[in-house]
Amino acid sequence: MKMKLFSYNLVDTYVHRLSGLTKLICFLLLTFAVMFSYDIRVLIFVLAFSLWILRISLIKYKQIRLMVIYVAVFLITNAIIAYLFAPEYGVDLYGTRHELAHILGRYSITQEQMFYQMTKLIKYASVIPLGIIFLLTTNPSEFASSLNGVGVHYKAAFAVELTLRYFPDVQREYHDISQAQQARGLELSSKTKLGTRFKNSLQIIIPLIFSTLDRIELISNAMDLRGFGKQKKRTWYNQRRLTKEDVLAIVVSVAIFLFTIAVSVFVNHSRFYNPFI
Amino acid sequence: MKDMFKVSTRTIVATGLGAAIFMLLFMYVKVPSPVPETSFQTAYGLGAFFATLFGPIAGALIAFIGHALSDAVQYGSPWWSWVIASGVAGFIYGFAYKSTSVEEGTFETKDIIRFNVIQIVGNLIAWVIVAPVLDILIYAEPVSLVFTQGIIAAIMNSISAGVIGTLLLIAYAKTRTKEGSLTKN
Repeated sequence: MKMKLFSYNLVDTYVHRLSGLTKLICFLLLTFAVMFSYDIRVLIFVLAFSLWILRISLIKYKQIRLMVIYVAVFLITNAIIAYLFAPEYGVDLYGTRHELAHILGRYSITQEQMFYQMTKLIKYASVIPLGIIFLLTTNPSEFASSLNGVGVHYKAAFAVELTLRYFPDVQREYHDISQAQQARGLELSSKTKLGTRFKNSLQIIIPLIFSTLDRIELISNAMDLRGFGKQKKRTWYNQRRLTKEDVLAIVVSVAIFLFTIAVSVFVNHSRFYNPFI
Repeated sequence: MKDMFKVSTRTIVATGLGAAIFMLLFMYVKVPSPVPETSFQTAYGLGAFFATLFGPIAGALIAFIGHALSDAVQYGSPWWSWVIASGVAGFIYGFAYKSTSVEEGTFETKDIIRFNVIQIVGNLIAWVIVAPVLDILIYAEPVSLVFTQGIIAAIMNSISAGVIGTLLLIAYAKTRTKEGSLTKN
């Protein structure tokens, strides 16, 4: 198990200087724009824009290599099974049929299907840099105040903060319990059958959960003693005042969001861009 | 009478830590299935267990936060349709909160059946209705593909919640003191 998943490191760039709230707003606006649109031109534009932001925020390939591999595997399997399940889906969507080659039975290559799958690939790919930028440039301590800033109730925001705070602890504990159980002879390697291995992994999960239940009591008592949850609102130590740079970032994101919606409503008259008619 | 939707400090802390374990299990303790993009997730067993102990709000948030964060650190961005479906599943698991007496130290056949009916209903609604419909609305995925994935996810998550959730609840009930277990001489 890899102990360190992603690391926030402080570099002085435009993106890092933005407040967490700004980054969350921009992330949500741009992701929703991408989720809504099925126009390959808009999607390529957002993809290019987010790759440019990735570049100026000085994120190194080394930091994101694993994610890139995961995403590539995901995109390829998704493309293959989507084709296997519905080889004529593009034809249904765009309403025309331009066959390029026939393969076997119901499987043939049509321009519509190629276009649909290409669009989908870019659609999925263009969200990824946005998420990576947000994760790697936002101070985790600022996350809760940002969520609260966009209207999430502070108690829910606090739960997210607790998750981020305790994830490394839980991970370490899982690792410790697993080592201890293996020292006592519990087989977890690929030498045993999958069923036994699964049953044995429960021997790690159960102690982990029960020690966590104890810890829940401890933490909630400590928080109660400090008066958590007595008021309707709360302030945040890590909240930052919005600057001109923040305003600029929000304006650009809103513009891209509105532009995407406008293209769908006024140019394409649907979420899809149809070059076949 | 337990209040189903009351959010105390304990609920919040349980949500935070529960989501951390959910995230860990979601990423590392799973068995891949023959159908691509689905796998047997032990995390839902944990989710059902926490939801039964802490209620629907905690259940929904644990699954939602855990799923969203694990997607984010693995793929860079959450797959919203399934993250929302996870939240819905967790929320429905939470209805077992009021109807079982696990806190009082008893979790017997009647409670086991009730818990499992609730979790199966939750999984069916989440994976056969919510997830595929959102996949079609948001991502325009082929209908036959998403429903196949949904049905498989519903079956596997029901098994996960049924087996792991039930085992955890039985183990938990044994740690609680039964009402009337002390007698006066």
